[in-house]
Parts: sequence; structure tokens; C-alpha cells
Amino acid sequence: MKKKIQRMKLYKLMFLSILLLGTSCKNNENKSEKSEPVAQAEAEPLPEMSVFQLPSSWTTQEGEDIQLEELRGEVLVMVMIYTSCQAACPRLVADMRNIQKKVSEEANKETKYVFVSIDPEVDTPERLKTFAKENEMDNDQWLFLRGDLEDTREFAAVLAVNYKRISPMDFSHSNIISVFDKDGVLVHQKEVLGTDDTQTIEAVEQHVID
Amino acid sequence: MIMASGFSQASEMAEIEGGTYIPLYGNDSLPVSVENFKIDKYPVTNKEYLKFVVENPKWKKSEVKALFADGRYLNHWKNDTELKSDELENAPVTNVSWFAARAYCKWKGKRLPTLDEWEYVAMADKETADARKKDGYNEFILSWYERPKSFHQEIGSTYENYWGVYDMHGMVWEWTADFNSVIISGETRRDENQDNNLFCGSAAIGSSDLMNYAAFMRYAFRSSVKGNYSIRNLGFRCAQDTNEEENSANEAL
Repeated sequence: MKKKIQRMKLYKLMFLSILLLGTSCKNNENKSEKSEPVAQAEAEPLPEMSVFQLPSSWTTQEGEDIQLEELRGEVLVMVMIYTSCQAACPRLVADMRNIQKKVSEEANKETKYVFVSIDPEVDTPERLKTFAKENEMDNDQWLFLRGDLEDTREFAAVLAVNYKRISPMDFSHSNIISVFDKDGVLVHQKEVLGTDDTQTIEAVEQHVID
Repeated sequence: MIMASGFSQASEMAEIEGGTYIPLYGNDSLPVSVENFKIDKYPVTNKEYLKFVVENPKWKKSEVKALFADGRYLNHWKNDTELKSDELENAPVTNVSWFAARAYCKWKGKRLPTLDEWEYVAMADKETADARKKDGYNEFILSWYERPKSFHQEIGSTYENYWGVYDMHGMVWEWTADFNSVIISGETRRDENQDNNLFCGSAAIGSSDLMNYAAFMRYAFRSSVKGNYSIRNLGFRCAQDTNEEENSANEAL
């Protein structure tokens, strides 16, 4: 059902573009809120929609290599950023911190907040570690990951995060925070930057219990 | 099962001489450099894709994971190994997700072309490497956009372009490696300005507007799809760096 809706949105967008070309200056596609269907799967095999199906491996800010599947069992709040970013990223970091603060202490015991770099060439583990320290995120609650260029592109495709290098220093990118349940299924997404995070927090709380 | 591997020939691909070009639509209009590379002369067909799923069962329609391909994956196939009766073996395979297209190219020892590589090849008509200012070139593309079911054609049915590559326009839309590098929805001020420029640019539609419009449709399409979407008019072809040989012993996935 959801897929159908997305498909319809796609056609709508294409149709809309045709209309807009001749008639209007505004693109009011409201994409600020996306909720994915909630998957209930406590069973052993990974759900089909689990992000843990991705075979990619990642390096943490501690320099450890991990597979995403090792994160199974915790609710994950994820965002893609790059540490040299001057514009939106500090806001995204602040948004993540706010969410972490507002989520209950109980729920935070089973939740990880994950930053995935879209600039793995620059964002070495050392650099991620420094970034974590600077932002006072240097503990178990926070995880910083980098992968190779291809895996990063693939991961972004799963998250529907778009990004593009626009200069040697800068990227243009979607500002989306995603929540995954304990089996790695995407359960909530929100385009952020200072918008209301109530639903993101609710999603975390709910999936910690599930 | 005996499958012929080592069937690949260098002649399946065209050599593309790199250069710089200014993309028609994007976050900026600075020249982009494209290195020398090779690209498949034709889109991948149903027949070729069948071989891939037979050798890589996890990409069968009955076995593929929803994360990697949605419910419409290979929707025009009757089952795991047969096309529906009115479908053509040598038509481009469509209803394949980005993940699937990527896995196919990897299996061939190739990769998906980048968006810039694809656009670079696609700006050629029969005679010139960059035909984007020609009316005929733009009219062909726009009339294709209006034509239904253009996917129902055998590969090679449209024209051979300057590089010796067929069917870049007029048949199916194609996946690129970094399709998700397109940001159109106005997520930053910069992008919004771009959109406004495009939409409000001028009241009269001249040939450069048509050119922008044709490209805009492609970019808008790319920005609106997700990696697991399987769409009836979206196929793919593979590319390769010039220094690499086609992989005759296909990599198992």
C-alpha cells in the first residue's frame, strides 16, 4: 500500500513538474514528514526490510570495524553528515542531541545515536573521534561510522538520503533523521533542522518497548 | 547447470573519450570533468538479465529481499525464469531496482555509470558529441517522453550516437550509480533558487528551455526514486573504467 502511495507521489511529482514549468514559481511538495510502516518482527531471521541486510562494513570512531548487524537489538537514530560541514550539520548535531536529551533515560539504555559520514575520505576514525569529543558525544550512546564510497552511497540509498559533492570542501545533502527498530527496519523519518521532534522521540520510545 | 561465461566481448562496450561538460541541471552550472571510460552500447536486456538471476538466485523475483527491490521487481516476468508472453527477450530489462542493477554490473566486472558519465554520453546525437542545442535532438527526447510503452522495443531500435552507443534516449530511463546525488526538493536555499530559476526563467519557451526541460525531467525523476523502486520504464546499462577488462569469469555474488 505504502509503495503504491510512493509511486503515486512519483507520478504526481512528474505531472506537477509539467504544470509548474508553465504556471507557477512555487514547488510546494510537502515532504517534511515521512512515516514508514511499523514492522513487527522479533523472530530470528532478519526482516526483509532490515538495513542489516546490507553486507557493508564500517569503521567506528574508535577505529573498530563493525557490520551493521552488530547493532541489532538496539533502537538506532541515524543521520548522515560530514564533519567539515559548516552549514546544516551543526544544526543536525544539535537536533540529535536534543532528541537524545528528550528521550527517557530508560529508553536511552536501549538506543544508539549514529552519525554516518558522507565524506569518508576526509572523515577518518581519528577525525570522527575528535568530532565526538568536541561535541561531547564521546561515550557509548553515540556512534560515528565511516565506510567506503560505494557502501556510503548504498547506505544513503536505503535511507533515501541524497547528497552530492559541490566543491572540494562541501556537500549538498538531505537533512533527514531516521529511526530504526531493533531489527534494523526503518520506522520513522523526518526532515529536520529545528523542526518539531516530538514524533521522532515517540518513535524511539515506542520501539524500545516493542 | 552449464552456463556460458566468457561470452563477453570488448565490442559490447563503446570507448568514451572524457572531457568537460556543463550539466544542464544540478546544484551548480560549473563544468564537470569526465574521465575516459567505457559504456555498454545497449541497455541490458531481459535475456541477459535472466542469465544473471539464474546464476545469482538471490536476485530471483521470488527470493529478492524487499530492502533491495520492491514488490514490482520483474513484474513483467511470469515467474523466476520466464517472461510474460507479450514481452520481448531483447527488450531492455526494466522493473529492476538500483540495487539489482548494481549487482548485475558487478557480476559482469563492471559498474553503473555515474550520473555525469551517463549525461555526457547522452548529450550526443548521431553526428555530434554535444547536440544539446540542436532542435532535432530536443524534439526527439520530448516526443519520446510523450510516447507510451517505449520500453516495448528491441535494443538498438533507436539511433546510434556519436560514440557508437544506442538507445540513450527513446527507449527507457536508466539508473546511474549516484542517482541519489540529485537534490531538487528545495532542501537548501541554493536548490530552491535553482528551481525558481528554472520555473520562472522566461515566459517564452525557446530551444534552450526545451533543452533544460528535457534534462530537468530526468533529474526530477532521479530525485524522486528510491533505490529499491522497480519501475516499468526504468532500466540500466553498465560502464567500466578504460583500464579494466571485461570480466570473463563472472564474479559470483
